[in-house]
Amino acid sequence: MTVQHDPSVYERIQAGEQFQELRRRYRSWAFPMTIAFLVWYLLYVVLSGFARGFMGTKLFGNINVALVFGVLQFVSTFLIAWAYSRHAEAKLDPIADELRAGAEKRDEVGEGAK
Amino acid sequence: MSHEALSTILFLIFVAVTLAITFWASRNTRSASDFYAGGRSFSGLQNGLAIGGDYMSAASFLGIAGIIALSGYDGFLYSIGFLVAWLVALLLVAELMRNSGKYTMADVLAFRMSPRPVRTAAGVSTIVVSIFYLLAQMVGAGALVGLLLGVHSEAGKIWTIIAVGLLMIIYVVFGGMKGTTWVQIVKAVMLMVGAALVTLLVLGKFGFNLSGLLGDAAAQSGKGDAFLNAGLKYGTEAQGTWGKIDLISLGLALVLGTAGLPHVLIRFYTVPTARDARKSVMWGIGIIGVFYLLTLVLGFGAAALVGSKTIAEADKAGNTAAPLLAQKVGQDIFGDVGGTILLAVIAAVAFATILAVVAGLTLASSSSFAHDLYAHVFKRGGATERQEVVVARIAAFVIGAIAITLSIFAQSLNVAFLVSLAFAVAASGNLPAILYSLFWKRFNTAGAVSAIYGGLISAVVLVVFSPVVSGAPTAMFPDADFHLIPLSNPGIFSIPIGFLCGYLGTVLSKEYNASKYAEIEVRSLTGLGAEKATSH
Repeated sequence: MTVQHDPSVYERIQAGEQFQELRRRYRSWAFPMTIAFLVWYLLYVVLSGFARGFMGTKLFGNINVALVFGVLQFVSTFLIAWAYSRHAEAKLDPIADELRAGAEKRDEVGEGAK
Repeated sequence: MSHEALSTILFLIFVAVTLAITFWASRNTRSASDFYAGGRSFSGLQNGLAIGGDYMSAASFLGIAGIIALSGYDGFLYSIGFLVAWLVALLLVAELMRNSGKYTMADVLAFRMSPRPVRTAAGVSTIVVSIFYLLAQMVGAGALVGLLLGVHSEAGKIWTIIAVGLLMIIYVVFGGMKGTTWVQIVKAVMLMVGAALVTLLVLGKFGFNLSGLLGDAAAQSGKGDAFLNAGLKYGTEAQGTWGKIDLISLGLALVLGTAGLPHVLIRFYTVPTARDARKSVMWGIGIIGVFYLLTLVLGFGAAALVGSKTIAEADKAGNTAAPLLAQKVGQDIFGDVGGTILLAVIAAVAFATILAVVAGLTLASSSSFAHDLYAHVFKRGGATERQEVVVARIAAFVIGAIAITLSIFAQSLNVAFLVSLAFAVAASGNLPAILYSLFWKRFNTAGAVSAIYGGLISAVVLVVFSPVVSGAPTAMFPDADFHLIPLSNPGIFSIPIGFLCGYLGTVLSKEYNASKYAEIEVRSLTGLGAEKATSH
C-alpha cells in the first residue's frame, strides 16, 4: 500500500539537521569508495592491456601477477561489500529508522499530513 | 543409457518441478504487486540466490569456461568485470531504488519528471536491452542443444528455440515475479552445486595444486605461458593499440552496465525493505563471486584435462568445454557410467540456466510495457492494477513470440555480441539517468530523456558500424563491409556521451522541482513512504 505524505513533510525532513547528517554519512562513504574501486578495477584492465610483461611475471610456481591481481579484485569486492554493510548498519540505518519512525508517528496524530 | 537420454530426463524433471512451482505461484498471484514484485515478500537470501540465478547466464557459465579453455586468462577478465559491477549496484543503486520505486526502473526515473516522455524513453530502453539479451540467450540455446543432445538438424534447433520460448512464456504469464523468482532460486542452487562438484573433482585430480593445474593447462594449450596472461583473445598484440582500447571499452561496459540492466533492477523490489535489498546484493555478490572462481578452475581444468584442441573441434567458441570436462573427470574417477552421469547433469544445469535467464528478461520487458507504456503513457495513469496485470501477461506472450521469431531468423548469425551490447546500452543510457535521478538536484525531464536516448542511440549506432556487424569473418554479416570504426565495444565513447547528454539536456531546460527532489532524496535514504510488502 502506498502511503501519501504531504510534500512539505519531505522538505521539512530534508532541511533538518538529522537528515543532513544521514546524507553526509552516506555520500562521504559511498562516493569516494565508488571512485576508488573503479580506479582499482580500471588499473587492472589497463595493465592487462598495456603491461603484459609485468602481468606475466611469475610469483610462485605457475601463479603469475595477472592471476593474483585478478583474484585480488575478488577479494577487494568482497571486502568493500562487507565494509559497506557494516557502515550502513552502524551509521545509516539507525538515523534512517529514527527519521522514518518519527514522520510516521506524526502522521498518525495528524500533524504531518493534512 | 546414453548421456543424451539422461540429460533429457533430468531436464524434464527440472521443467516439471518449475512448472509445479509456477502453478502454485499463479494461485498466489492476485495483485499487481504480486505479479511485478512477488508481493515484496522474499527474504534477502532468497533474493540473493535469485539475483545469482538471473545473472549467471549460459554465457557466463559455458561461455566464460569456454573462453578460458581456448584462450586462457582472457575469460577471467570478463568474470572480474561482471563481479566488480555489483559494487555499483550495492553502493549506489539497490537500496535507494527499493525505497523510491515501485515496479520498474522508470518508476525512479519518472519520480520527479514529466511522466510520459520519461516513461516512454525508459520503456523503450528496457525493452531494447531485454530483447538484445534475450536473442543472444535463445540463439545460444538452439546451438547448445545441438551440441549437448546431438541434435544437429535445422529443425531440431528451431524446435529447441520454440520450446525454450514457450516455457519462458508460461513461467512469466502464470507465475509472474513469484514464479520466476523461484525458478531462478532452483536454478542458482543447481548451478552452484553442479559447478562446485566438477571443480572439486578437477582440483582433486591435481592434488589441490593450482600451480600444477595451470602448468598442465598452459602446456596442453600449446601456447605456453601466454595462456596464463591476457591478450590471446581481447586486445591481441596483432590488433595493436585499438585492440587494447577495445578491451578497456569492454571492461567499462561490463562494470557500469549491471546496475542499469532492467531485469537486475526489478529484483530489488521483491524484498520488504531497503535493508533486505542490501542483504540480497551481499548474498548475490558472494554467490556470483564464488561461481566465477569456480569457472576459472573449470576453464583451465578443461584446457588441462580435455585439451584445447578437442574442445575447439567440438565447438569453435568453446561452449562445450565445461560439459566435456565433466564427462572427462567423471570417466577418470568413476568410470564410463560416472562420465555419462556427470555430463548429463551439467548439460541439464546448462538448460536450466538458459530458461531461468530468459524468463527474467521476459518479465522485465513485459512489466515495463504494461506499467510504463500502457498504464502511464497510453492510459495516462488511468489504468487499474487489474488491467495492468492483464496487459503484462499479454505483453509477456507477445514479447516471447517476437523473441522466438527473431531468434529463428538470427540462428545462423553470430549474435553473441548482443550480450555486451546490452551491457553497453545499460551503462550508457540507463545508468546516467538513474544516478542523476537519485543524486542530482537539478536533473529534469529533458535531462532524463536525453541521457537515455543519447546513450542508447550512440551505443547502437557505434556497434552497427563496428567490426562485429560487418567487415570481419566473425561478424554478424561476414560478407558485407560497412564498418567505419575499429572498436567492437562502444562503451568508451557511448558511456561519456550518455552522461554528457544527460547533463546538457538538464542545463538547457529550465524545469526544476525542488519539492519533488526533497521527496525522492528523503524517501530513497530513509524509506519513508516506500512501498510496503503485501501479506496474504
